[in-house]
Amino acid sequence: MSTLNYVESPLHEADAIYTKIIPAGDGWMHLIKAGQTLRITDLEGNQAADTFFFDAADTDERYCAQTTIRAQGGIYLTTGTRLMSNRDRSMLTITADTCGRHDTLGGACAAESNMVRYARSKRFMHNCRDSFLLQLAQSGLPLGKRDLAHNINFFMNVPVTPEGGLKFDDGVSEPGKYVEMVAERNVHCLISNCPQLNNPCNAYNPTPIRVSIWEPLS
Amino acid sequence: MWSMRVTRHRTIRFTALTGGANLSALFFNAANPLDRLNIPDTLKALHTAKITKGHVLMSDMGHALASVIDDTLGWHDPLAGLTTAEIVRHSFGSGSYQELRNDFLRNSHDNFLIELNKHGLGIRDLVACLNFFSKVSADEEGRLHFDPTHCKGGESITLRTEMDLLVVLSNCPHPMHPPGDYPRIPVEVEIGLATKPEEEDFCRNFRPECARALALTERLYL
Repeated sequence: MSTLNYVESPLHEADAIYTKIIPAGDGWMHLIKAGQTLRITDLEGNQAADTFFFDAADTDERYCAQTTIRAQGGIYLTTGTRLMSNRDRSMLTITADTCGRHDTLGGACAAESNMVRYARSKRFMHNCRDSFLLQLAQSGLPLGKRDLAHNINFFMNVPVTPEGGLKFDDGVSEPGKYVEMVAERNVHCLISNCPQLNNPCNAYNPTPIRVSIWEPLS
Repeated sequence: MWSMRVTRHRTIRFTALTGGANLSALFFNAANPLDRLNIPDTLKALHTAKITKGHVLMSDMGHALASVIDDTLGWHDPLAGLTTAEIVRHSFGSGSYQELRNDFLRNSHDNFLIELNKHGLGIRDLVACLNFFSKVSADEEGRLHFDPTHCKGGESITLRTEMDLLVVLSNCPHPMHPPGDYPRIPVEVEIGLATKPEEEDFCRNFRPECARALALTERLYL
């Protein structure tokens, strides 16, 4: 296991202007304004928070995993990572992280990919893409499946080996671990609190996460 | 840059004519472009961070788009994405049409937008791409390393289409190519006839996920 970099935040939950618990299997979509801080907390540990961002001023601009990976020259997200858009611009920057590593490669689970990965009979299990699609459909924004590209998996551990292998390891997260990011622009944040029961990304026990938002410090 | 519909069960062979090639590629179900190459679904199903022989390129609707039936190189990059105008400017200089006429320095982001638009598609369809002929490995810390000596010239990779595809290609430098002269490496594209994958097919048997994706795709043609 490589080095994990832990950075704590000076912010207190009591000062947040918005707090919400997202149960496992639920979706959430919310506007994060420029300068605001978003914290996602893994309340019970080993949970995957599938997360995506759209620029609120022009939703054609959205988080791009390949640009983010190439811009920082590395596949894992942690403090200091700039979350980049498909137009090669920074959308948010990670400012604190007590987990130390987050996944950029695994994307979201879906009914169809579950059939490929596990069995045809998994078609009707709940999955992240269904949560994403429902949130987009209810958002009032002109967004749908066409707009879903591959997302971040906060708290998920997907190591790549130097030989080009990909592994799904137990989570590196624990109860109360969090990741925090500051928005550089107004962005719509889309989250699915992952309901996957077929692999260890949630330790086979999906649990709630908490989202909290703070205004700029001054 | 180039785009074309390619019928099911054809071979597409890409050959790097000289060393240092990079061919960025996107694949869509020609009948429904919402059914398109999904790098995470492909990598998750195959437990890989590179593409080579035996692998099935998968869509986000659980379908097999194309199978890699031959590969003389052994590693093609699904991680690092495409060049933009800014990357090209930073790595290779300005190189506008005004200065260089048709030798101007193109980038894959703009190339893909042009080709996608010819099929009624656009930036919402510009998802993560594959980079044929390039190798980007990750070390223990997750840092990426581009190998500029990977493709020597003469190597080829051969796909078998598993559905009617829209194939969109851009021959531009890899985004992690070291700064210097803009590489101009020709890649040959040959399309031929293939037979449908039998029960003993190498790709079908490469992993159970490949067999399931191929079976789900065959249901599109009942």
